[in-house]
Amino acid sequence: MTILNLVFIVFLGILFFIAYFHISNYILDIYGNKTLKRYNFENSIRVIVFIAPAFIVLFIFILYPVFETIRLSFYDKFGREFVGLYNYKWAVNDPEFRRSILNNLVWLLVVPTLSTFFGLVIANLADRIWWGSIAKSIIFMPMAISFVGAGVIWKFIYEYRGPENTQIGLLNAIIVSLGYEPQAWLTIPMWNNFFLMAIMIWIQTGLALVIFSAALRSIPKEMLEAARIDGASELKIFFSIIIPYLEQTILVIWTLITIIVLRIFDIIFAMTNGEWQTGVLANLMYDWMFRGGGDSGRGSVLAIVIMIGVIPILAWNLYKHRQEQKI
Amino acid sequence: MKKFSISSILSQLLLLFFVIIWIIPTFGLFISSLRDKDLLAISGWWTSLTTTEVNEIYRMSGMESQIEEDGYFKIKGKLFEDNSGKKIESFGITSKKINEFNIGDVAIFKDESEVLLDEDGNYEWRSRTEFKKKKGKRLFTTSLSPPAFTFENYREVLFKEGIGRAFVNTMAVALPSTLIPLIICSFFAYSLTWMKFYGRDTLLAIIIASLVVPLQMSLIPILTIYNDFGALFGVAAKSYPGVWMAHTGFGLASTTFLLRNFLKSLPNEMMEAAKVDGASHYDIFLRIIIPLSIPAFASIFILQFLWCWNDLLVGLVFLDQVPSEIILTAKLKELLGSRGENWEILTTGAFVSMTVPLFIFFALQRYFIRGLVAGSVKG
Repeated sequence: MTILNLVFIVFLGILFFIAYFHISNYILDIYGNKTLKRYNFENSIRVIVFIAPAFIVLFIFILYPVFETIRLSFYDKFGREFVGLYNYKWAVNDPEFRRSILNNLVWLLVVPTLSTFFGLVIANLADRIWWGSIAKSIIFMPMAISFVGAGVIWKFIYEYRGPENTQIGLLNAIIVSLGYEPQAWLTIPMWNNFFLMAIMIWIQTGLALVIFSAALRSIPKEMLEAARIDGASELKIFFSIIIPYLEQTILVIWTLITIIVLRIFDIIFAMTNGEWQTGVLANLMYDWMFRGGGDSGRGSVLAIVIMIGVIPILAWNLYKHRQEQKI
Repeated sequence: MKKFSISSILSQLLLLFFVIIWIIPTFGLFISSLRDKDLLAISGWWTSLTTTEVNEIYRMSGMESQIEEDGYFKIKGKLFEDNSGKKIESFGITSKKINEFNIGDVAIFKDESEVLLDEDGNYEWRSRTEFKKKKGKRLFTTSLSPPAFTFENYREVLFKEGIGRAFVNTMAVALPSTLIPLIICSFFAYSLTWMKFYGRDTLLAIIIASLVVPLQMSLIPILTIYNDFGALFGVAAKSYPGVWMAHTGFGLASTTFLLRNFLKSLPNEMMEAAKVDGASHYDIFLRIIIPLSIPAFASIFILQFLWCWNDLLVGLVFLDQVPSEIILTAKLKELLGSRGENWEILTTGAFVSMTVPLFIFFALQRYFIRGLVAGSVKG
């Protein structure tokens, strides 16, 4: 496909949706103006016109797939024959699956906690220093970069060359200059997970930082002043006033990053491709989708396990929504 | 700050520490992308910031370039380009003793040919007898190399290595994948906020539940639909419209949710007044909602655009990995996997892929942050 063709279909694709709304509403406007009695009837057609595209997309891309994935998880690899719990039994007994679950849990434990912690500390520091906003910009910047781009960036930190060569990875160069043997960081089982998590923390701290910065402004100045006059140290203020005050925000950010981490795929796919025991559920699922022609049964089981991880959050969101509706 | 207390200095230092840790990785990539591609794979990027000593191996020209002069057969040439600014300090003719000779010394090979070398890399290799080998001998040099940066990598990568095309492809994926959900979700959010109909609350609850559904749930069923659709109508299963709709689907819940939260904050009286004046819902939408929502649109546009631009999984699953369809992140992943000589393409490609996000980041940071703070939860 030439670039010119590409520009043409992009233009056409966007125009299609604008045209749909404009033409259908234009027709309704002319028709509706003729007779006011039909206002209610016109109104309900209008609702359908407004909702239809979004609802169809929602149905095809979210609602139907959720049920279809559940169905497929009980079927064979082509989705044709019912096999009961076979795929689930496979998962429970598969060492790769157990490894992925374990890795995912470690990711879920480490990344949201450290990102939230660093975000809070940095937001608090930057708030009181005149060059704080520049510092915030710099720490926030990785948020704009793709996970793969971040992988390339960190390759220059973790790169390994044999001991007889000049090290071009920063970490190994430091290690060598201190007199130790260079290490192939990403291939050391268990520890390599933490080196990959460092990349994610590097990215997500920015998210925590900006949300905390906004929240910090809501803390009443008088309260902080009063504490300072009473002789409380900054550390004491941080733990006794700021953290309790931001409890709700901490919870929100922690959940937000948890949801992102649960689906983590790109970093591992780009850096190690799940080798050296770094695989997580999303990577294993991608493997099963395409490995040897694909196995939709096993892939679906893995998707469902990821889904199970978000169900508590989903339930909590719905509960909160209910509460808001009541008010 | 008025007072210079110890705690204030400590917090400045601590923040500085964080900033340095956070910026070093990106800075390293940026410097690497500006370095000579041959140096990239043999020395750390930090060495290029100062004048450094480098050890290199060069091969002199072979017999074709020999001339006869003053009773000698001579081969003259240059080891490296003038503009590199390198100055040779010492050299050797065997790998065992690479510092054996200084500039000005005459080095004598086993076959009694001699070589003279100046600090700019000009050499003169001479022999009483004719040179008979096609390949010249090797010289081992130790030279001082000043910091040198070049845009050569960018020129090469953009036009030769398919990165330029991948950039265009990514744009062709990201732009409609951002605008289509924005268009359909703004109508959706409007009706969820300002229109009364049966099942509205249920629909809203479905949206809130969909916010956290991982996109992995949808991959297999949607791929099946696309394959069936492609087979039925005889078109390719993987195509640009397919990716747009997939991104639209995955971004729909969060876009609708954010827009609805914004629309809810608009005053109800305005809509009522317009309705009394005989305006239809479409009039209200065009004349009142759109102008008021520009800041909200900007925030959501940025979030969704960055999401689509930076995505790897959707592009990998729903597009063919061929030059006319491959996106930047998939291309980078391909380069990351292949070992060896591709360092300059990798570093430069990565930076090219970051230009758009970084531009958005620096130019529109305010909207970006506003969008994030408004509570982006993405499925």
